[in-house]
Amino acid sequence: MKMLEIKNLHARIVEDGTKILRGLNLSVKAGEVAAIMGPNGSGKSTLSYILAGKDDYEITEGSITYNGQNLLDMEIHERAAAGLFLAFQYPLEIPGVPTMNFLRTAMNSQRKFRGEKELTTPEFIKLVKAEAAKLKIDMNMLKRPLNVGFSGGEKKRAEILQMALLEPKLCILDETDSGLDIDALKVVSEGVNALRSPDRAVVVITHYQRLLDHIVPDSVHVLSKGQIIKSGDKSLALELEKKGYADIIEAAA
Amino acid sequence: MNMHTTRANTEAETKLVDIYDRFATSLPGDDKVSAAREDAIAALKEFGLPTRRVEAWHYTDLRNLMRDAYEPAAKPEIAEAEKALDAYDWLSGIIRLPIVNGHYFPELVSEVPEAIIVSSLCEGESAFIDGSLEADNPINILNTAFATDGLSMIVDEGETVNETIGIANVFTGDKSAMASARNNIVVCDGASCAFSERHVGLNGLAYTTTSVTNLWLGVGAKARWVIVQEEGDLATHLGQLNVTLGENSELEIYMVNTGGKLVRREINVVVAGENSSLNIRGVNLAGNENHIDVTTVLEHNVPNTVSSQIYRNVATERGNGVFQGQIRVAQIAQKTDAAMACNTLLLSDDCGFSAKPELEIFADDVLCAHGATIADLEESHLFYLQARGIPENEARNLLIKAFLEEILDDMDDEKFAEALVCRIDAWLDARK
Ligand SMILES: Nc1ncnc2c1ncn2[C@@H]1O[C@H](COP(=O)(O)OP(=O)(O)OP(=O)(O)O)[C@@H](O)[C@H]1O
Ligand SMILES: [Mg+2]
Repeated sequence: MKMLEIKNLHARIVEDGTKILRGLNLSVKAGEVAAIMGPNGSGKSTLSYILAGKDDYEITEGSITYNGQNLLDMEIHERAAAGLFLAFQYPLEIPGVPTMNFLRTAMNSQRKFRGEKELTTPEFIKLVKAEAAKLKIDMNMLKRPLNVGFSGGEKKRAEILQMALLEPKLCILDETDSGLDIDALKVVSEGVNALRSPDRAVVVITHYQRLLDHIVPDSVHVLSKGQIIKSGDKSLALELEKKGYADIIEAAA
Repeated sequence: MNMHTTRANTEAETKLVDIYDRFATSLPGDDKVSAAREDAIAALKEFGLPTRRVEAWHYTDLRNLMRDAYEPAAKPEIAEAEKALDAYDWLSGIIRLPIVNGHYFPELVSEVPEAIIVSSLCEGESAFIDGSLEADNPINILNTAFATDGLSMIVDEGETVNETIGIANVFTGDKSAMASARNNIVVCDGASCAFSERHVGLNGLAYTTTSVTNLWLGVGAKARWVIVQEEGDLATHLGQLNVTLGENSELEIYMVNTGGKLVRREINVVVAGENSSLNIRGVNLAGNENHIDVTTVLEHNVPNTVSSQIYRNVATERGNGVFQGQIRVAQIAQKTDAAMACNTLLLSDDCGFSAKPELEIFADDVLCAHGATIADLEESHLFYLQARGIPENEARNLLIKAFLEEILDDMDDEKFAEALVCRIDAWLDARK
């Protein structure tokens, strides 16, 4: 079944009208791992923000369907509660909000929205401890304000911890590999692979094959100038690694 | 042109003088106190209430804002005072000293440790006569003229008091009135203690509180002073804390302003002893149509002292906030380290905030950092929280709370800090 279906998506920046996405098509099935690659500035993060609901962008044409629902009609928090999760390319530091407090509020907000029972404190702590251990995250780090003073790699790990705790249906990872050391890359990839399941889809945005060595994709898509210009299987990523984008972009032009 | 003779009294000014004439003989105190009251009312007649032309009151035009004046509140029966106190939550484990409608109720005080000597100010000698009666000090003028009671307290030399000493100011009754209390408190050399000064009162009733506290810290004394101002929604609150810091003393002041319609809170500190330190952390919340003015004056008069002030403010709805922070460093006060920050969130189109830092530095080897910011919530932070499933309203509150409560983190009494957080949360919850 199609989990995510993006059709002819055109989007521009509200503030200055700059067009970023120009007729983007993409569909991702449940259980699928799709990789999106593409040059800097081609619109990958923009796409991920639009999926998450950031209101800096205006959709001028096209549609996004998520599990049969019109995603563009949903509020930001509704999308999250419906299982959409974006691991940010640049996770934000939020002073004064203790990480644990944030995690708990997020988990319980989603549960409440879905009409599920909220977690008690002991249940919550137990879950966090278990997942943090798997990702080799020190619990002391989670006592600090959200992402404040975390190293680049720690921030990425914290994103994956959030993902593991929130158990989303559609995970969008925006360059989660950047800033990770070799060991962390492995730990984080294992974290993502652990979430792979027939009812869950993953969209991995990356520049490098080395992440795809760990998280092996079912499909690979090349995004250039706001469009998917080529799709293929995992061999496409290997080809890009060898030859770069020039040939493909030229061929598509 | 002579301003004083051409100025027509406002209704409130006329009433204040009239009320004084009727009540002067029934107000407590010896001859010196009566003389001080006469001087105060003479000053009121001369200056009137301050307008924005008085620099220290530029952002709070008291003459315009204070529309009415009320008679000094009568002392309630004990049963009534007790009932009024019971209407509020009080932290357990506190030495509670109740002042109801400006009258101290020693009968309602639980046990007081031997290290503290406390009595009604009326019993003391000529206790009302400190402080200037200049045009820019209407709080002292009004309080001197009308104070009905208060506390005289001494924390004995070298003693450590573990329980917080809570001055519980409550306004009750069914009639608009003025409650004025005055406290003189000495923390003797080497003593260590914590105070809380809370003000609560009825909603839906206009009343006025004037409160002046003079606090002295002796050599090596350590104290915490917590102000929680939660007056009723139609109240006028005029409060003043005057501190003198002795050598090697340490004072931390925490202040939370959530109540009142018209509020002026002044903190005046004379840093008079070398190697003393002062920390002030303030949270000021202005909603509805409330006006909250926090004005501080720090005088660093000796070398080698440290002060740090951080204020976090939220204005919303039609609320209006003011912060004036004056730091004066005397010529001999070398190595003064005085830092001041005032950060404000403006959450509606109709709210406002004015911040005025003012440094007067006459010494050359000093560190004086100050900064003021005024902003809305960070959109990207809001988005991040929402993207994790937290609805917008809740995400906003989470960020507002984080912004405000961050400055309570340093407080080493966790239970008390939590209680302050609860007061802030209550204010936020009331506007969801
Ligand atoms: N809010 C914004 N204001 C102005 N320009 C923007 C904004 N958001 C995105 N852009 C521009 O849109 C283009 C696409 O940006 P985007 O971040 O989506 O690229 P990307 O494919 O993720 O690149 P990278 O690989 O470097 O992460 C860029 O040219 C960027 O400068
Ligand atoms: Mg990007």
